[in-house]
Amino acid sequence: MTRARTKERDEYNRLARSFHPPRPILRNAVSAFLVGGTICTVAQVILDYLSVRLPKTQALAMTSSLMVFLGAFLTGLGVYDEIGRFAGMGAALPITGFANSVVSPAMEFKREGFVLGVSARMFQVAGPVIVYGSLSALIVSILRVYVFK
Amino acid sequence: MTLLYAFLVGGALCALAQTVVDLTEANPAFVMVSAVSLGAVLSGLGLYGPLADLAGAGATTPLLGFGHSLVTGMLEDVGRFGWFGLFTGGLRATASGLMAAIVFGYLMAVLFNPKG
Repeated sequence: MTRARTKERDEYNRLARSFHPPRPILRNAVSAFLVGGTICTVAQVILDYLSVRLPKTQALAMTSSLMVFLGAFLTGLGVYDEIGRFAGMGAALPITGFANSVVSPAMEFKREGFVLGVSARMFQVAGPVIVYGSLSALIVSILRVYVFK
Repeated sequence: MTLLYAFLVGGALCALAQTVVDLTEANPAFVMVSAVSLGAVLSGLGLYGPLADLAGAGATTPLLGFGHSLVTGMLEDVGRFGWFGLFTGGLRATASGLMAAIVFGYLMAVLFNPKG
């Protein structure tokens, strides 16, 4: 019975897909390239400016904070979601998109209160990013330190 | 010159991620998670450091750079404090981004309301 259902679902998915317009893969890649590249260039301009008066690690750290601020602010204004609709991963992959993934659900769920709404939902996407990032970095570092010295 | 490389490398990483989303129809959240892990792996292989030297913010701004910072921080702290550096280095190196996400994320969510 499960097998029949899976088969039905597969058939349905195939049928449904044939009615979808094909994804404009090349155009999407170009918009992602242009917007993602521009965001990184903005970050580089900030980094160059800060590097004049700060040590490298400080300048890098402050740049990411500033980019997070920019992403969060533009999300609050409703601008970043417009950029995201156009650029897809070009807006989501830079750290400004990480900020966007924090602010969007937090804003959305404000009506559920400031603890279970705003602060709990802030990490709806950012949480998994932090969890899997930390775990994979841990494994990689263990391999680097103890296995492939 | 770094400006140009930042544009090209940052743009290329985003275009690649977008193509993965389009071809696999994966949820962007899954791609973000994979990007961080991929950044950590590339960092461990010693590939992401040179890319960051070449492209600056073009390599550190995309989420792969987050994975790279986690690994670099852990390795640095292991060098300084021994094995327990594995537990202190990652979040130390990424503290500025995370703290900014908490502070500005909270602030903007309180100040603004969703549009439409």
